[in-house]
Amino acid sequence: MTQDLSTIWLILAAALATYATRIGGYVLITRMRTLPPRLEQALNAVPAAVLTTLWAPTFFTSGWDVRVALIVAALVSLRYPVLVMLAAGWAAAMASRHLVGL
Amino acid sequence: MNRQIIDGIRGGAIVALSACPFAVLFGAVAVDNGLTVFDAALMSATIYAGASQLVGIELFGQHVAPWLIVLSIFAVNFRHILYSAAIARHIRTYSLVQKAVAFFFLIDPQFAEAIRRGESGRPLSFVWYMAFAGAIYVPWLVFSILGAWFGSMIGDPKTWALDVLLPIYFLGLVLGFRRKPGFYPVVAASMAASVAGYYLVGSPWHVSIGAICGVAVAALLPLPTVPDGTTEEAPS
Repeated sequence: MTQDLSTIWLILAAALATYATRIGGYVLITRMRTLPPRLEQALNAVPAAVLTTLWAPTFFTSGWDVRVALIVAALVSLRYPVLVMLAAGWAAAMASRHLVGL
Repeated sequence: MNRQIIDGIRGGAIVALSACPFAVLFGAVAVDNGLTVFDAALMSATIYAGASQLVGIELFGQHVAPWLIVLSIFAVNFRHILYSAAIARHIRTYSLVQKAVAFFFLIDPQFAEAIRRGESGRPLSFVWYMAFAGAIYVPWLVFSILGAWFGSMIGDPKTWALDVLLPIYFLGLVLGFRRKPGFYPVVAASMAASVAGYYLVGSPWHVSIGAICGVAVAALLPLPTVPDGTTEEAPS
């Protein structure tokens, strides 16, 4: 396959757009001298609000194999570190796919 | 070696473990959609945002207008605007150049772990930040190239249950914030809105829809009566 120069420009434009999203919020927020308490409360909720959207639709649109894996991982994560949680969820997915046939 | 470098690399390596299957998947799909190995590597190196890279590849294959591809990637990555706003308080000590560099690496797990570290009172130093970032960035790039190279030989990632690793990791990150005030209403709103958005509007818009609803609920929740300026103990 030959290298297409316009593809490279397109990728670099997308990279620039992505970088803009990664500095944009900072640029906006540092323009304010003091943060209104409600804005601060909203910013505190950003991690839980955004990261939830990265697994919730997966849970509801996938089969029971994925659901079992996520439930097992959630329970394990209440007591154990990340790596144990990942291993438990992965094992649950493997077991429900290859042993139970979910 | 510096304690913070070890901490950073260790944390980043766990992320890399769950992200690498997606890097391989990305590389394989990229070549499948007519990109060269170099294009795939360039995307992973400069865009460095998994979900949006996959969306971009999908559109490359359909020959849509270039500006629409850039706009779509921007839309998928829009959540990072919230990240850079939320992390601002924790990186006041960084120099301008350090901030500019740090923001390039501000991906989902980087943000979540940085916030958790900042709130638990451990030092959120530039050294820790870059060690964590490097431990993800380098494998992400390497495995994207490997995927582009050997893509067709991997087969279905579902056979080895590699597809569940990232959702599990993100779920774990969310649960790590469960002791924050307002956690349950925020997560419930974000969950309902992202699932509804997924069905009604479609991917990738469900991410922004869910995020905005969750953040809006947090803004509307009653303010704590005693101003709580101190950082709370973050669960580990």
